[in-house]
Amino acid sequence: METNRNAILQCNAVTKRFSGYTALSEVNLTLEKGRIIGLLGPNGSGKSTLLKLVNGLLVPDTGTIQIAGYEPGIESKRIVSYLPERTYLADWMRVIDVLNFFQDFYENFDKHKAYDMLERLHIDPKKRLKTLSKGTKEKVQLILVMSRKADLYCLDEPIGGVDPASRDYILKTIITNYNKNATVLISTHLIADIEMVLDEVIFIKDGQITLHAPVDDIRTKENKSIDTLFREVFKC
Amino acid sequence: MQWDLNSERPVYIQLIEQIQSRIITGFYLPGDKLPSVRDLAAEAGVNPNTMQKALTELERMELVYTNRTSGRYITLDQGLIKQLKKQSAKQQIQDFLEKMKYLGYEIEEIISLITDIASEMKKN
Repeated sequence: METNRNAILQCNAVTKRFSGYTALSEVNLTLEKGRIIGLLGPNGSGKSTLLKLVNGLLVPDTGTIQIAGYEPGIESKRIVSYLPERTYLADWMRVIDVLNFFQDFYENFDKHKAYDMLERLHIDPKKRLKTLSKGTKEKVQLILVMSRKADLYCLDEPIGGVDPASRDYILKTIITNYNKNATVLISTHLIADIEMVLDEVIFIKDGQITLHAPVDDIRTKENKSIDTLFREVFKC
Repeated sequence: MQWDLNSERPVYIQLIEQIQSRIITGFYLPGDKLPSVRDLAAEAGVNPNTMQKALTELERMELVYTNRTSGRYITLDQGLIKQLKKQSAKQQIQDFLEKMKYLGYEIEEIISLITDIASEMKKN
């Protein structure tokens, strides 16, 4: 595979099958450094599968994945910060415990940043996770993930359960906090909420990428918002 | 001053227009230092790369200039700002005339209507 020095993620003909169906089919994808990219597609189109492959939770049947030149593994996990679709944190833990947990696990975790964001979102670090509402739990997880100084952030449905005011704050954090060369890959259905902060979008349908382009190019060409285009392309 | 952006049109073009209007209305004065790209982007709720693109374009138009060490500033060229103001007025008037034509008015009628309405507004 030709290596692009400006690329943070390269997928080359990646295919993943589960018993009976193909979740991803021959996916070729190159993401460059310093971009915010929306990964958009209807339910079951392969978004989470792609993110799991990038994070080494699944292994492709064929094809290769490289993150800054590394295959998914220990080296890549140092530089990739991943928010999975489901929580993996034990609910008896207090927020403060989880913060310490992350600090032990990741060299690039910035505890001060995490505390700062908790304060802004009025979350008491002494509370146990099980006492928090669904939306607050999601905020805590997102804070953990965004408080790492990573090169690639993979966020799987990060703002689904979060109220609109906090959503604004979180999006602002995403645009201001991440470093200039970091890339953020966000899978979501809330296109209208996030499209203003995106550089590029990827449309994925039945395990295949049908569109990958800069958002302003799409607006120029189609004279419509990404949200409107999505509704047209994926009309049921 | 609020940023008023929609997602139907390219965002960087809307950013250019709104920064221009901030310059015309004096919200940004000649020689004012602009906030950092990142701060401006956060304020407008847009991607920093998009804000960067808008500022680069404004620099090309010479409405904004960069001092290598200390940041970005609004042009000191008053003539340029005047020109921009006139351009913007022309655009508004053209849009208005088009709408009036669509309503079925001739240019003479429009002008006399404007005079009438303006003097009415003055009285109030």
